[in-house]
Amino acid sequence: MKKLLAAFLTALLWAPASWAQDAAGAVELSLDERINQTISPVTNAIAGVIFYSVPVSDEIAIPVIVVWLVVAALFATLYFNFISVRAFGHAVELVRGDYSDPKDAGEVSHFQALATALSGTVGLGNIAGVAIAVSIGGPGATFWMIVAGFLGMSLKFAECTLGVKYRNEYPDGTVSGGPMYYLSKGLGEKGLGGLGKFLAVFFAICCIAGSLGGGNMFQANQSFQQFVNVTGGADSFMADKGWLFGLIVAGLVGVVIIGGIQSIAKVTEKVVPFMAVIYCAAAVIIIVMNIDQVPAAFGAIIGGAFHAEGVAGGAIGALIQGFRRAAFSNEAGIGSASIAHSAVRTKEPITEGLVALHEPFIDTVVICTMTALVIVITGTYTAGGGMSGVELTSLAFESAFSWFPYILAVAVILFAFSTMLSWSYYGAKCWTYLFGESRSMGLLFKLVFCIFVVIGASMNLGPVIDFSDSAIFAMSIANIIGLYILFPVVKEELTSYWSRLKSGEIKKYAGSESSA
Amino acid sequence: MTDTLLVGIDGSEGGTRAAQFAAKRAKESQGNLIVAYVIEWSPYSFNTPQENEVRHKRREEEISRAESDVIGPVLETLKGEGVEAKGIVRHGHAAEVLSKLASEEKAGQIFIGRRGLTKMQALLFGSTAGSLVQISPVPVTVIP
Repeated sequence: MKKLLAAFLTALLWAPASWAQDAAGAVELSLDERINQTISPVTNAIAGVIFYSVPVSDEIAIPVIVVWLVVAALFATLYFNFISVRAFGHAVELVRGDYSDPKDAGEVSHFQALATALSGTVGLGNIAGVAIAVSIGGPGATFWMIVAGFLGMSLKFAECTLGVKYRNEYPDGTVSGGPMYYLSKGLGEKGLGGLGKFLAVFFAICCIAGSLGGGNMFQANQSFQQFVNVTGGADSFMADKGWLFGLIVAGLVGVVIIGGIQSIAKVTEKVVPFMAVIYCAAAVIIIVMNIDQVPAAFGAIIGGAFHAEGVAGGAIGALIQGFRRAAFSNEAGIGSASIAHSAVRTKEPITEGLVALHEPFIDTVVICTMTALVIVITGTYTAGGGMSGVELTSLAFESAFSWFPYILAVAVILFAFSTMLSWSYYGAKCWTYLFGESRSMGLLFKLVFCIFVVIGASMNLGPVIDFSDSAIFAMSIANIIGLYILFPVVKEELTSYWSRLKSGEIKKYAGSESSA
Repeated sequence: MTDTLLVGIDGSEGGTRAAQFAAKRAKESQGNLIVAYVIEWSPYSFNTPQENEVRHKRREEEISRAESDVIGPVLETLKGEGVEAKGIVRHGHAAEVLSKLASEEKAGQIFIGRRGLTKMQALLFGSTAGSLVQISPVPVTVIP
């Protein structure tokens, strides 16, 4: 473990050292450009490994990691016999609390666990990530994104069930769960203790990187982008001062995660759901305003999914983009949400898995689709002139409401902030799993986390998204190997639960209907 | 059959007055008295992962604090006046929990204090007495 830490720190220390070298030679470069130049080669190298692609023709190369995720999601959907459709209604009843023991009032409810996990998933992946998918993969990417969201539901179901089943419950009543625990304990039960331990450590390392990448740099980068956008674009006083924006956000994040000022986090948690509602409402209004465009938009989405003209790689290019951005946004198969879901109070781990089904549904099938429809309907993806990410989404909303970018800026910064806080928690959980629960170790991670906010805000979108993607997707390597081995465990739990539910052994609690 | 009376308290003076009023009735009718305190909680709130992680522990702390600081002193006072009462602490929405307790414990009546809210305050914060009157399965006595 010490070696790991040393390697990590060396990598970090290496960065500023090489700035110093650059600084002497290139005086002209702004601080942002220098940070970008220094970090990009590292992120590119990592992305090159994770996104190793197999060329199938001259212009199409399929990233292996995307296939890995899709196959796992498809397998889970078939293996659990379309649990995402079968149990959708029952999951709603679980979230509503119909099956919650009234004696557990005051504990973490299904709704709370789901809401907490969602605040980590609903972030810039839904706003900026979708724009990236549509700008690169064309409207057809939307179709594949929805398919990926649907398939991802079954994968999320499995990982969240396991998260609760194999969590650690400490004598003082606190709980810790997630892939690190089900990989080591679950595989241990199967007599694969060594492999389990290895995968758990591998997962934890990737999750730390993921928390710094997708859960942090990407969020900081895109919220800075939108901030510059609404304060005058290239003329903004903040343009080219990503580091400054990063420092401010890092300060706020630091106040919460290092300073322990939980009230800021609490306020964010309460405001973010309303922002999500406002965002979706605006999207629906734009869709309704352009109702005559909707058939054409659906035509473009479905047509583009199979015959994508003008898209690099054609239909397969659209598919890759759709799947990639969907996985980035809903994190199914990545394992992160399982950490948040594990805190629930339930006697049946399967119930939390069922509740978690709704996460990719809300995140991808609903929110991501809203963004995509607005971008496609308003036609901004063709008129965007090379724009990508949040700029494109903002432009699409602006074409309907000129003032919307300001609201979007507030929403984006809040989404980013809440996602950062959630991911700092995921990262910290993995960090303490690797290095133990000491205060100084925890503090070290939190400091590193804050530094990455600044780096993320300063860099260009390209390298940031490459690193964020690689880090997040790398988590799926260990997680999915473990899931394949543990799928039968989930199935056993599911069969037992389902038969008890059908036989009436598991009943709704009497008061649940009357308590209006 | 002895009568069971339920009184909801909230740590305020109004709650204490309600408890004393109910104790007097219980003494007269030689009935049982249950003193309940509801910790405001909703299963539909939004929490941070840190809060969720320690929720179980916090819950136990909340309950023991309510027992020692709110219910305890009231039971003590009532005992001094010669009334033995049972204390209950629950999480949830005050009016809903009190109605439910009344059915569970087969109480014939609920007593509750009021906070004397203006219309505006009641609109903003909700009035426990007001909603209890609407949903209670048994008669409710509101003590001013």
